[in-house]
Amino acid sequence: MSGLGMDSHQVSRQPWNWSRMTGRVLIYSALLSWAFICLFPIFWTVSTSFKTAVNVTQGDILPFVGRFQGDWKGWRALGLSPDTIFQISTVRDEFMLRFANSLIVSIGAPILAVLIGAPAAYGLSRFQYKFGPWRNKDISFFFLSQLLLPPVVLAMPFLVLYKELALLDSVIGLILIYTLMVLPIVIWIMRDQFDTIPIELEQAAMVDGCGVWGAFIRIVMPIALPGMVAAFILAVILCWNEYFFAALLTSTSAKTLPVMVASQTGSQGISWWTMAALATGAIAPLVVIGVFLERYIVKGLTAGAVK
Amino acid sequence: MTQSAATFQTFPSRPPMVPESQRLAGRLLVLVASIVLIGVFVAQALAAADIFALDLGTWRLSLYAYLAWAVALGVAQVLMRGEAGYKALFLLPALLFTIALVIFPTIFGLYIAFSEWNLSSFEGQKFNGLDNLRTLIHDPYFWNALLNMTFYVVSVFFQYALAFGLALLLNADIRARKFFRVAFLLPFMLSPVAVSWMIGKSLMEFRFGPLAALMRHLGWDNPAFFATPWIARFSIIALDAWVWIPFMIIMLLAGLQAIPKDIQEAAKVDGASTWSTFWQITFPLMLPVSVTTIILRIIFQLKLADIVINTTSGGPGGATDTISSFIFREYRDRSNVGYGTMVAEVYLVLIIVFMTVLLNAVGRFMRREAAL
Repeated sequence: MSGLGMDSHQVSRQPWNWSRMTGRVLIYSALLSWAFICLFPIFWTVSTSFKTAVNVTQGDILPFVGRFQGDWKGWRALGLSPDTIFQISTVRDEFMLRFANSLIVSIGAPILAVLIGAPAAYGLSRFQYKFGPWRNKDISFFFLSQLLLPPVVLAMPFLVLYKELALLDSVIGLILIYTLMVLPIVIWIMRDQFDTIPIELEQAAMVDGCGVWGAFIRIVMPIALPGMVAAFILAVILCWNEYFFAALLTSTSAKTLPVMVASQTGSQGISWWTMAALATGAIAPLVVIGVFLERYIVKGLTAGAVK
Repeated sequence: MTQSAATFQTFPSRPPMVPESQRLAGRLLVLVASIVLIGVFVAQALAAADIFALDLGTWRLSLYAYLAWAVALGVAQVLMRGEAGYKALFLLPALLFTIALVIFPTIFGLYIAFSEWNLSSFEGQKFNGLDNLRTLIHDPYFWNALLNMTFYVVSVFFQYALAFGLALLLNADIRARKFFRVAFLLPFMLSPVAVSWMIGKSLMEFRFGPLAALMRHLGWDNPAFFATPWIARFSIIALDAWVWIPFMIIMLLAGLQAIPKDIQEAAKVDGASTWSTFWQITFPLMLPVSVTTIILRIIFQLKLADIVINTTSGGPGGATDTISSFIFREYRDRSNVGYGTMVAEVYLVLIIVFMTVLLNAVGRFMRREAAL
């Protein structure tokens, strides 16, 4: 990747070589400083989960230097250290349950959102609709305007509504509201993707006897896969991190990981190493996604931004 | 988009020949489904009001009736309109889903907003007209939170300036670009709740946090990041910036990469300095992307809640409160559903007005720029 960068960007030739050198040094020191700012909190959290009380109070930072030799204390409290992993641990069961809830919700909602969002985006990209006074533009705006709606506006009606529907504190209820939350983003990204696919492909398929749905599923979807993956991953990230609705609409059975993390930060008694282990558990899946699927996240975020 | 749609329409697909009987069947289906839906709903409403001696349990039955109605509507579309019906099927699920989950709660929300309703009291809901609105006008915490929101929104511009600088650096001819891009993106991926602890409650912790230690080292005797109003506000902004600058960097970087390289090269050949190249070429070309980025960012900023709730819970004395965190506490601590919903509805109206004005102003500005 770094090699490619050299080819695509022309090196600017400046008259004095030393000024170019200082420029380089400045650029790299700025880049490295910001990279440090971005990565240090993550390093700090992971390393703190292996600290002892004295490491915390003395502010030890680098592992394997001096006092800070690493300890399973934080992970033991969660029942996830090597010596406790095969023992019975209520904390671990709790943690695993929250983790599983988060996983189900943050995969279920994006799947549902893509299932109903992708056809809608395709329809808006290809056909001309007329629902009463509404045209394509209005319908698109209707979907996008959902982004403006702050969660607080929906939170309380949903609280009361879910209570009536017996959906309060249920994974299904959470999936429904998360689908609503990510649907505009999915439609936005997918429409951007469909707009780039030449229409001739579908026309050819339809000459061969495919219906609109046949052409969509057999021809268009495989081509639009990168956009779909981008939309899906972005939706997963948003759902995994969502806190507001989860905090209000779940209590015991459907509570997700962010709510568990938040409920622990409130109590003063909780030890740093346990908190750090918990936070590490909450961010680890996303760090992995970020490192390996960065391309798709960038694609999703920049959809439609540059025309 | 409209162009491609137009081409599609001129393309001769199968003629929409729908037999009369099929059209009739479709109409009948919608009629029956609608009657069932309304019937179930009315029956449930009556049962809930104890007029009807029948225990229908929760309102889920109405939910299922709505689902059945939606399916019937879809089938009827195909029956009645053939090819056009198949096309409508693309849009219907998403539309019906959003309408059910937004329109209904919004109307319901208005109903709650005009009532006194405390979930922790036994009295239940009681209509109280404009009382909540009156309370809101005299509530210093609401106005304080609104003032904080302006402050947080203004901070977006500073975050934008920083993000632009970083995007320029990333776009420069550098090695290890992939590493820097991933590193710069990571904060955006992390859960704001976890970030609140990682940075707000441990790195910035007064006693043991390394950031506090660093500040002591730099000569700030008492590095309490969340004790005085202004410092607390700036600390929250720092946290928020840490999470959201990556998003802006990515948007702006995409914009920078879309600028044709030869334009900048030509400026260089003409002897323009880096500084003037930036202001006269790069920045104007980046204006549309910049506007999109800032507007999206403002939209997200208006929802700012998680970090505030988990780091300061609005403190000290409401200094860092956002509207969302204020409403959250109103519900969590006081179970005050009626008043909280009123604040939320008023906030929604304010957001719509603000965004309309903003988008209009931006649209006018961009047209003027384009004309120049």
